[in-house]
Amino acid sequence: MRRVAVVGVGQSKFGELWDKGFRDIVLEAGREALEDADLEGKEIEAIFVGNMSGGRYLGQEHIAALIADYAGLAEFGIPATRVEAADASGGLAVRQAYMAVASGMHDIVIAAGAEKVTDVGDPMEILSASVDIEWERFVGGNLPALYAIIARLHMETFGTTEEDLALVSVKNHKNGALNPKAQFRREIRVEDVLNSPYIAEPLKLLDCASVSDGAAAVILASEDVARKITDTPVFIEACTQASDYLALQSRKDILTMKSVVKAAREAYRIADVEPKDIQVAEVHDSFTIAEILAYEDLGFAEKGRGAELIREGVTEIGGKIPVNPSGGLKACGHAVGATGVRQIVELTLQLRGEAGKRQVDAERGLALNIGGTGATAVVSILRR
Amino acid sequence: MVPRSWRKIRYRYDLRGSYCENCGNYHYPPRNFCPTCRRKGKLIETLFPEEGKVVSYTVVREKEPYVVALIELDNGARVLSQLSCDPDELKIGMRVKKAFRRYGEDGEDGIIHYGTKFVPVD
Repeated sequence: MRRVAVVGVGQSKFGELWDKGFRDIVLEAGREALEDADLEGKEIEAIFVGNMSGGRYLGQEHIAALIADYAGLAEFGIPATRVEAADASGGLAVRQAYMAVASGMHDIVIAAGAEKVTDVGDPMEILSASVDIEWERFVGGNLPALYAIIARLHMETFGTTEEDLALVSVKNHKNGALNPKAQFRREIRVEDVLNSPYIAEPLKLLDCASVSDGAAAVILASEDVARKITDTPVFIEACTQASDYLALQSRKDILTMKSVVKAAREAYRIADVEPKDIQVAEVHDSFTIAEILAYEDLGFAEKGRGAELIREGVTEIGGKIPVNPSGGLKACGHAVGATGVRQIVELTLQLRGEAGKRQVDAERGLALNIGGTGATAVVSILRR
Repeated sequence: MVPRSWRKIRYRYDLRGSYCENCGNYHYPPRNFCPTCRRKGKLIETLFPEEGKVVSYTVVREKEPYVVALIELDNGARVLSQLSCDPDELKIGMRVKKAFRRYGEDGEDGIIHYGTKFVPVD
């Protein structure tokens, strides 16, 4: 396997982008990534696109070909592939691109993630198609309900409180306020979260990431090529993926995402590092409880003690392991298939020292992208 | 959605799952393949005990709020289901039993979906 580096990153603004279409935002991200890498489109050898549900959000399938076309790359016949794993689609696109370069099949590839959710249908309802439709959704178990069931049990078992969950949202909003591409750029207080209406008890509106429009793109290259293109390559030391049972009722323990534990353990082994060597992380806080679980399942805290990290400020910018300096899904907006790619964009900017006001001091970072309630997990470890 | 509902009626009206004679595990919903033993497994379809306890729950605050709970049946299998009860009564660990209830319908002229909900054991 060859070493693989990120050589270019780009991202559209996330949010309710009424004035832009799906193809517009993908191109915006792709163009920025190409300019960042100082490459020509025709130098790209393959395209991987993470997209959860073009079919239901837009009524459009064959998304990858559409993007190749509007990027002007159909002219060169560059292969374009869409990958899907609910809201882990972006992480999966990065992993496919990583494998394509690591294997030696390609030297320069682009991984994009994109979702346009505000055109058609109910965004959260479509995102909830990531759970078992026949056995969870049928009985009213949509995505917020299932995370709420996990949160309730975490609180009962370990003493995590609604205030702890609120602190996650407060931290991520504080970080998001520093990110020009985030959807929500204002700080909030714990009381704001606690006073927001319940969606599924104990989760409130401000515990839930909004489902948003957005696109992100990263260009990956083999080490040889990367060293010629850029002075600041950021290497992907590991990019792993694992699965778990789709429905919560099939899992013996719903307080541990086994897929995350497995993908993380494998990533640490491949990168030859331990959790304590991670200096910044972008994790999948689709709901605040998911960030607490991530602390535990990634090994930043023991099982049951995740809330201590947020109480003690360990995961703030300036803390020992800043988590979601971008603002996370909560403040950036969760652009479904784009999220996993956006995480890699953020880590790359952080490791290059180009993250502006939200810059942390780090050489090595980790990204965790989750599909649904954890039936898919993708973990990447990056190092400058 | 009628064919899909029709195929599932047997499973929605009864609490029916599978039991693996090789490893002794119960699965809900029924599976064709034991996830523990795979091809060595020997699955049979069986009716599950109608009582169990609440592992965790949530009140979904839609226009008509409803309770969704993860329930562990007395044979150890877990089932996600709605729980018909006063939200103030809800407690992790509470005993519940199966009941036959209406889930919803496909519009005014569409079919009515029935299924299993749980109620507190009094």
